[in-house]
Amino acid sequence: MAPERLAEGGRIDRRRVLRFRFDGREMTGHPGDTLASALLANGVRIVTRSFKYHRPRGIMGSGAEEPAALVALAGSAAQGNVVPTMLPLTEGLDVRSIHGWPSVRFDLGAVAGLFSRLIPAGFYYKTFMWPDWHLFEPTIRKAAGLAPAPEAAPEGRYETRNAHCDLLVVGAGPAGLMAALTAARANARVMLVDEGIEAGGNLLARKVEIDGGPAMDWVARAVAELAQRPNVTHLQQATAWGWREHGLVMVQQRAPGHPGLIERGWRVRAGHVICATGAIERMIVFPGNDRPGVMLASAMQAYVNRWGVRPGQRAVIFTNNDSAHEVARDLRAAGVELAAVIDSREGVEAADLPLRAGYQVQRSFGHAGLRGVEIAPVGGGPAARINCDLLAVSGGWTPAVHLHSQSRGSLRWDDAIAAFRPDPVAQSSASVGAADGRFGMTQALQSGAEAVAAYLGLAVPDTPRATEQPYNIAPLWSVPGKGKAFVDLMNDVTLDDIALADREGYGAVEHAKRYTTSGMALDQGKTGNVNVIGILAGLQGKTPDQVGVTTFRAPYTPVSFGSIAGGKAGPGVLPFRHTPLTGWHMAKGAVMYEAGARWRRPGYYPRAGESFQQTVDREARAVREGVAIYDGAPLGVYAIEGPDALRLIEHACTARYGTLTPGMGRYGLMLTEDGLIFDDGVTFRLSEDRFLMSCSTGNADAVGLHLEKILQIDRPDWRVHVTNLTHQWMNATICGPLARDVLGRLTDMDLSTAAFPFMGLREGLVAGLPARVARVSFTGELSYEINVLPRDLQSLWTALLQAGAPEQITPIGSEANHVLRVEKGFLSLGHEADGTVDPYDLGMGWAMARKKGDFIGLRSVLLRRRSGQPRRELVGLIPEDPGADMPEGAPITPGGKRMASEGLVTACVHSASLGRRVGLALLVDGRTRIDKVVQVRLPDRCIAARVVAPVFHDPEGLRMRG
Amino acid sequence: MLLLHCPFCGPRSEIEFSYGGPAALPRPDDPAQISDADWVDWLTVPENRIGPVPERWCHSKGCGAWLTVRRDIRTHEILEVRHGA
Repeated sequence: MAPERLAEGGRIDRRRVLRFRFDGREMTGHPGDTLASALLANGVRIVTRSFKYHRPRGIMGSGAEEPAALVALAGSAAQGNVVPTMLPLTEGLDVRSIHGWPSVRFDLGAVAGLFSRLIPAGFYYKTFMWPDWHLFEPTIRKAAGLAPAPEAAPEGRYETRNAHCDLLVVGAGPAGLMAALTAARANARVMLVDEGIEAGGNLLARKVEIDGGPAMDWVARAVAELAQRPNVTHLQQATAWGWREHGLVMVQQRAPGHPGLIERGWRVRAGHVICATGAIERMIVFPGNDRPGVMLASAMQAYVNRWGVRPGQRAVIFTNNDSAHEVARDLRAAGVELAAVIDSREGVEAADLPLRAGYQVQRSFGHAGLRGVEIAPVGGGPAARINCDLLAVSGGWTPAVHLHSQSRGSLRWDDAIAAFRPDPVAQSSASVGAADGRFGMTQALQSGAEAVAAYLGLAVPDTPRATEQPYNIAPLWSVPGKGKAFVDLMNDVTLDDIALADREGYGAVEHAKRYTTSGMALDQGKTGNVNVIGILAGLQGKTPDQVGVTTFRAPYTPVSFGSIAGGKAGPGVLPFRHTPLTGWHMAKGAVMYEAGARWRRPGYYPRAGESFQQTVDREARAVREGVAIYDGAPLGVYAIEGPDALRLIEHACTARYGTLTPGMGRYGLMLTEDGLIFDDGVTFRLSEDRFLMSCSTGNADAVGLHLEKILQIDRPDWRVHVTNLTHQWMNATICGPLARDVLGRLTDMDLSTAAFPFMGLREGLVAGLPARVARVSFTGELSYEINVLPRDLQSLWTALLQAGAPEQITPIGSEANHVLRVEKGFLSLGHEADGTVDPYDLGMGWAMARKKGDFIGLRSVLLRRRSGQPRRELVGLIPEDPGADMPEGAPITPGGKRMASEGLVTACVHSASLGRRVGLALLVDGRTRIDKVVQVRLPDRCIAARVVAPVFHDPEGLRMRG
Repeated sequence: MLLLHCPFCGPRSEIEFSYGGPAALPRPDDPAQISDADWVDWLTVPENRIGPVPERWCHSKGCGAWLTVRRDIRTHEILEVRHGA
């Protein structure tokens, strides 16, 4: 058995032994242990080195409040910055200390402590201002590192779950259990979540009686009853870490008890939340209050009673309240020698204890661990030294109001308990028991039942009686003196830092927090924040409520990303959308791209021995010289139908559609009301009041929302249905001068230009499949977009490939499409239409049908045009070096100087038909600068390029109309 | 995460909705007839008061209804949800 383990007592199973390692040393513990209790049982005093000064630190707490100790886990469960008081011991844990180099017991970085006067409060803010903080950053990061992130993801998976309940009870201590029982018996849907390994809260660590028997017997009965009720969900090791709007509480369940499942994140929408979160013991701030061996009194009590661990041989108690007297008795009962009980209150009596009333601990002694303390009367007087290896400190109790505050409930100061307690609630909730500042056990049980009865409208049931301990306190926040006294151990913030912040004008509580970083570490200052408020109040001659509290924010304790993201990792974050042809593309070796809106689409189809550019050139040439085919399934399409369909389209789009005859389409732009391009596409008229509108793949959902908003908000009187057909009709497009020959083999439609002109739409059979064929062109060549039902797309694709085999029909991807549209100067959303341009900027004034009257965006376009301000206009760029790649997004600056840009490159491709690179750009007053040379500014050089009209191929558009 | 009561689908989580911005005044019938200043005012100067604010939300991953929601931006209290403007 481990050396400091008591022979009996505690809630551990001594029959089973768990082996673990700490910095390579083999150690043992038992089921029921936390890592912290097992380390203490094995006599480990120093587990970490502190953040800034590299001081040795031990375990000080017993739960979520732990203010000092952090460790890292290695192996398959690797994790950095683990709080050992919250981690249940398991077989084979491989634990490493952090911050210590070469070891936590001999740390070279501790010399930083010698220079500590050089690292005062506000150090970072002061340093980063002068002369260039980048000079300091690498060194600071190295010195201030926490545990590094593990190199590999942990084995297993995470998941998230939604839940709804009438009552969510947070905390399974006496008040929470009583609340859950009351609600469960009233048949409400109850969720009970508790952060501990087992239910009981404070009762696990104390020798209290409920209903005339041991309190834990009552807990066991309560837990058993809850387990039997189908309307109750009870989770342990589940921390309610965040409270969001409208009763939504985030819960991290750390041991979901399912093979392979590491953690489960719950999003619980609760009708009413009972905060039974208990209270957290505070420190008293005095020089050397961080020495290993100094612990919270409640933690020491828990190690002795709950885990059967003797954390030392000879103890001194230092308190300003009654609760630590009970701890003193429990320590003595466990065989720890009780050297003295130092109580800062005058006139306190306890005949059975070696009490020194009206005294305080002035400082601690020792090197790596505690050797003794110096005590003196509170008002001043002769000091005395007491040798001890344990110091149990209790600065009083602070209700854990974090959740209540996160729900935007307010707090008020209560002198009787020297703490802030919940005041009015902001959401449907109640705080009960110690979380409400009611520290009596019987009172806690009562308040749990009362809160539930009040919410459900029940009579208050009888609740059991419990052993009572009085709780009186006289605040003592700090004991000034020589040496470092820590208000925040994890961030190494001292009493002097708080005083410095106050002197330098950062005395407001929110300022002091940021200036000193007090309360900003992993523990969020659970044991020290109220001390800071009390210390500031003392410095400023105010009361603590005049100083006020800092804002409590989620998370209450550190939360893994895994429990938030759940299964949404890797490609599961945003699943891809596939067309019916994805399998074919992949089988052909296509390199797949995302085409917008998560659609997967081929980028290009490389052949053996081809370079990327050779592939793209080959595919582009097929369109210009022969025939090609591409998968156009992701194209956004809406059906717009009804007597007012035309009004809607003419209101939303720039072009005129009333003059369209059925079977014909027209290209138009969709603008936002501030006159900027939002989308573009072709709209076809099927009949008098039926239209098909196509839009950009990546923008289809936004276009749908936009059209529906017009109809439902602005024009509810218009009779129009907008139906998203994106998934109902999907197209394969064949393009190139030989496209007509190929399609002619599969259909009886008359494909002559007279019968089926450019911008026409015809319905009929293609390869025996019902089809809508549209003559639109995104490539500048003769092009047929053949729309069929999704289930027919594969058959159509195969038929087209067979029909085009004599012409060597070539499948092409989005890379070739991009080259072809750049050669034509066709706009692409996100490239040329980047949310800052209007139609005139792109030379598309022809698309503005101003004669039709008002439409969305017109008024703003005209207003902007009238201002006469210079605009960035679309131009073509021909780099003087025909092979020069002008990177997309690269700035164009006047004369290539390093100064504000006059434009940017929006696209640059290698044009196979021209045998050189060409580009498009937005350039200030670009259309007046044709034939001028501009400079594309790269970090290390400039690329000279000639400005030309933004079309490099078939300017008259004869090929696509032919 | 807000809980919005869709008039068609009942109480649903915010993730099912798309935010449509603060509710503007109705669009002028004929923008050509109003002054530049009035147009710019309507377009770019939304009321920005603290307290209950009318907003547009679309139940885009549900029934598709565009809603007007009156939400107190201090407390998130939802005072009214109605279909349309």
